[in-house]
Formats: sequence, C-alpha cells, structure tokens
Amino acid sequence: MMTKLLVGVLFALLFTASLFTGVANINPGSLFSQPDALWILLVSRLPRTLAVIITGSSLAISGMILQMLARNRFVEPATAGTGQGAAVGIIAVTILAPQASLMVKMIAAVVAALGSTLIFLLLIRRLPVDRPLLIPLVALVYGGFVSAIAIFFAYQLDLLQYLEVWMHGMSGEFSGVMMGRYELLWIAAILSLLAYFVADQFTIIGLGKEMTLNLGLGYRQIVAFGMVIVSVVTAVSVVTVGMIPFVGLVVPNIASRIMGDNLRASLPWVAVLGSMLVLASDLLARTIRYPYEVPVSIIFGVFGACVFLWLLFTRPVHAR
Amino acid sequence: MPGRRLLILFALLALSCVFYLTYGARGDIGFALQFRGPKLVALMITGAAIAVSTKLFQTVTGNRILTPAIMGFDSLYVLIEITLLFSLGGFGYAVLGESTRFSFSLVLMIAACIALFGTLMRQTQRDLHRMILVGIIFGILFRSISGLLVRMIDPNEYAVLQSNLFANFNQMDLDLIGLSSLLIGVAIFAAWRMRNTLDTLELGREISINLGLDHDRLVLVVLGIVALLAAVSTALVGPIIFFGLIVTSLAHQIVPSFRHRDLLPGTILIACIVLVAGQSILERVFHLDTTLSVVIDLVGGLTFLVLILRGNIR
Repeated sequence: MMTKLLVGVLFALLFTASLFTGVANINPGSLFSQPDALWILLVSRLPRTLAVIITGSSLAISGMILQMLARNRFVEPATAGTGQGAAVGIIAVTILAPQASLMVKMIAAVVAALGSTLIFLLLIRRLPVDRPLLIPLVALVYGGFVSAIAIFFAYQLDLLQYLEVWMHGMSGEFSGVMMGRYELLWIAAILSLLAYFVADQFTIIGLGKEMTLNLGLGYRQIVAFGMVIVSVVTAVSVVTVGMIPFVGLVVPNIASRIMGDNLRASLPWVAVLGSMLVLASDLLARTIRYPYEVPVSIIFGVFGACVFLWLLFTRPVHAR
Repeated sequence: MPGRRLLILFALLALSCVFYLTYGARGDIGFALQFRGPKLVALMITGAAIAVSTKLFQTVTGNRILTPAIMGFDSLYVLIEITLLFSLGGFGYAVLGESTRFSFSLVLMIAACIALFGTLMRQTQRDLHRMILVGIIFGILFRSISGLLVRMIDPNEYAVLQSNLFANFNQMDLDLIGLSSLLIGVAIFAAWRMRNTLDTLELGREISINLGLDHDRLVLVVLGIVALLAAVSTALVGPIIFFGLIVTSLAHQIVPSFRHRDLLPGTILIACIVLVAGQSILERVFHLDTTLSVVIDLVGGLTFLVLILRGNIR
C-alpha cells in the first residue's frame, strides 16, 4: 500500500513537471491570468506528456510480451528487428508510393514489423536451449542486419530527405508531438490494455510450447496475438516519435526481478515504471541543454545500456 | 600449399589495384594516379589494420566470431575523440595539431582498451556469449554517450569530427596517411615477430602456460596492438562493424593452415582485395551511391547469423 502511494505521488510529480517544462514559460498560476498559457498546455504540453506516457508504458509491455514469446529475458522489440522492420516498411512505402498518407505508412510499418518479428522468432528456434545468451546476440545482429537493409535502400535511392526521416525514426524524441500529431499512439495504448486482459495466457506461453498445449491453450493463436501487439505498438511508436531503445528491455527485467513473471500482477507495474522512466528521461532531455532538446532515445540509451550491463553481471546464480 | 594460395591472393590483389587505378581513367593517366594513389594506399592500410587486429583478437580470445569492432573498440575510439573535442573546445582541438592530437587519442585508446577489455576478458573467460553481449552493449553505451556529447557540442565544432564518426570509404581522412602507415607498419611488424608465440596462445590459457609462456602479459601486449590498429583504422575510415569478421572467415576458408605465419598475410591480402575490388566495383562500375561500408555491414551481418545458426561458434 505504501509503495503504491509513493509511486502514485512520484508519477504525479513527473506528470506535472512534464506539463510545465518547456521554452514557453507557463506555470500553474499563469494558467488563469495568461491567455496563451492554457492553449499551450492543451495543444502542446498535454499531448506531449500523454505521448511520453503511452510510449513508455506500451513499449515496456511489448518488451515483456516479446520476452515471453522468445522465452528469453534479454530481447526487446527495438533491438530484435521489430523496430528495424518497421523502418524498412516505411522506407518501402516511401519509395513505392511517396504520396501515401500517414495511415498507409503505418500499415506498411506494421506489416513489415510483423514479418521481421516472425523471422526472428523462427531463427531463434534453431538455437540450442542451453545457451540463453545466444538469443540476444542473434537478436542484436539480426536487428543490425535489418536496419542495414533500410539504410541500403535509403542511400541507394538518394532520398536524402527521406533518409533524414528515417534517421529521425531511429532517434526517438517527443519534441514534434502536438495535438493532431500523436493520436495514432492511442492504438498502442488500447492494445497494451488488451494485453492486460490476456496476461495469464502470456505468462503460460513463457513456460513453453508443451506446457501451453498441456494446459489446453492454443499456442499459435497466443503467439500470433502477442506478435501483433508487439509489432503494432513498435510500428506506431516508430512512426510517431521514433525508436527508443532499451525501454522494452530494462523495464520488464527490473519488474521481473522484483515480482516475478506473473504478468497479471506485474504488467500494471511494468506500464507505470516504463512511463515514469521515459517521463524522467524526457524531462532530462528537455533540460540538459535548455532551451535546446536532446533526443530522449540518446538519454535512454546511456541509461539503458548501463542497466543492461548491470543485469548481465548480476544475473541470479541459478540462471547463469 | 598455403604458399601457393598466398601467391594467387597476391596476384589477385595486384590485379585489383591496377583495376582501381586505371579503370575509367581518361586522358592523362598520371593525373588520375595523383588522386587515386593516396586513396589506394589508405584503403590498403585500413584493410591490413582491420585484418590483423581482428585475427589477433580472435587468437587471444580463442574463437572465430569475436572481432574488436563487434566488441566496441571502434566506438570507444570515436568516444575518445569526441570527449577530447568536448573538453578542449573546437579551438583547443585545432591548436593541438592533427598528429599531436592523434597520438594523444591513441595513447588514451590503448590504455582504455587494456583496462576495460583486459578486465572484461578475465571476468568472462568461461562464458563467450556473455563476453560478446557485454562487448556489444559497451559499443551501444559508447555510441550513446558520443551521441549525447555531440548534441552538447557547437555544430561548427562538430564538423571538425564528422569524418571520423561515419564509415565512409569515399571520404577518407587522407592527411593522416603518413603517420597511420608508420604506426600500422610497426604494429604489424610486432605481430609478425610474435607469429609463433601467437600459434601457442591460440591453444588457450592453460596450455600456453604449461608450454612456458607468460600468457596474461602477452594477452595484454596483443590487446595493446589490437587497440592501436583499431584506433588507426577508425581514424581513417570510421567504424565498420562486420568487416573484420568477413575477412577472417574468408581467410580460414581460403588459407588451409592454422599457423599465423600463413594466416596473417592471408588475412591482410584478403582484406585488401575485398576493399580495393569492392570499392572499384561499387564506385566505378555500378556508380552506386551506397557506400561500401553499408554493403559490408549487410554481408557481414548475414555471415555472422549463418555462422551462429550453423553452430560454428557455439
């Protein structure tokens, strides 16, 4: 109970800080005296804060789900080819149909992300089960390979502006978020909520295929549903704010060390922790070189890499 | 047998060089050579540096999939350069002079690599996968910190550095060729002097100690050489993650030998052939805009995956 209260207070603090941090100087007092203040808050600050929260929580949840599907703690969509697949999809659409709407781009990103994730899951099936660290290794190299495909075509077709878009897609930041430019993210929010309702199934998937079938569940259906959630969430966030690595890796690991792998119990915490960490990083990204901004993905990259190293070296003895 | 293969490789390299220097050159050939000559030298010394550093690293770690680039050596060098620029400022950075600064970063790099990777190798000796994974994450960490520092730097100052940050064979840093060739020459000579010792080191720590080698000290020496070579090649063309892996895999297929006497020259020759021929084909024949480094990353990533899935490196 105490923890919940503490986390709630911390979350509220971060939320408020995020609302009132920025170049235009607004504070709770000026909301009523200054005519522009409320407008800035509603059009820019609130959408940004919501975007951060949705991205943080849904990326963390999709990381958790992918870890259950791959049955490995050290994978996440942003490095295992899902995010890179989405980038390939966006590139393909830009080449084939430059005038396509954002929606079409997103659908292409989702399809490519799904395909890329499927290939990854098929690849790691061929690895020996007694070598758990091979899986994240394959994930990183596979992700690098898929992104090299994207870079190849971007270079090749000399779409400089396009490459710029793609580079932006690789370095996630929230500075472009305004009312009307982040609403796609709600799809990710809804899917993450759906994931909570089938959390038990994902927990069981994490126990393996035989166990799942023995318990009377449809293995393929759950895996397919998990893949859809992971791919859509990743694609949506790549399209709207760009890729933020390590959220899907660090957050589920911390949660799982504290409270184990019962997703029904841990998913809400994963979501809250994910959004709080990204909120804090985004605040830092906005203030470290004020009034300029640093992409939040860089901040989170430094933080996430350090946590990952810590996780690698403090692995519980029984799991080595 | 290896001798004949090496001769064939040498002939191939000579052919690629002639092709690179003359293909598509119109008019006065001497004029074209003035431009292409230094580039060719840069390509070859880069190839040699990456080849030797990768082979040496694989020898002391006792496996065929680790390369300095995968383990984050290149990113560490980039980070050192950026940190220097960040702490000195653009003016101080320029005043220091290219070769002073280069030597200074090299010393820092060698010290950092020995401290960091020497410790890492001792800690994870029994667990290859953990070591690779830690190395890759180190690479990401170095790149993220570099990215952060870059954002804090004035764009004008950043321009000073840009050529070091992205692998690009079309815009190599040609000012450094003299000093680089010298350093690479010395490092390769040192490696060549150690060729028989390296054969023994490859057998593993226990066996080499039993055979009377001061294993731990030798590993640090080799790491120092690797750091130097990785730094110089990164300074010349920027980081290329998978090139070393391709080259050493090819060398083990083509040169039927386990001795460094044959493998070192073989790896160097193959690296130079791949770079020179690859660059001429991409640049001159296909007029591709894609830089060679992207193609190398594509092919190299695939090689890595195939090696893992076929079980060659478990």
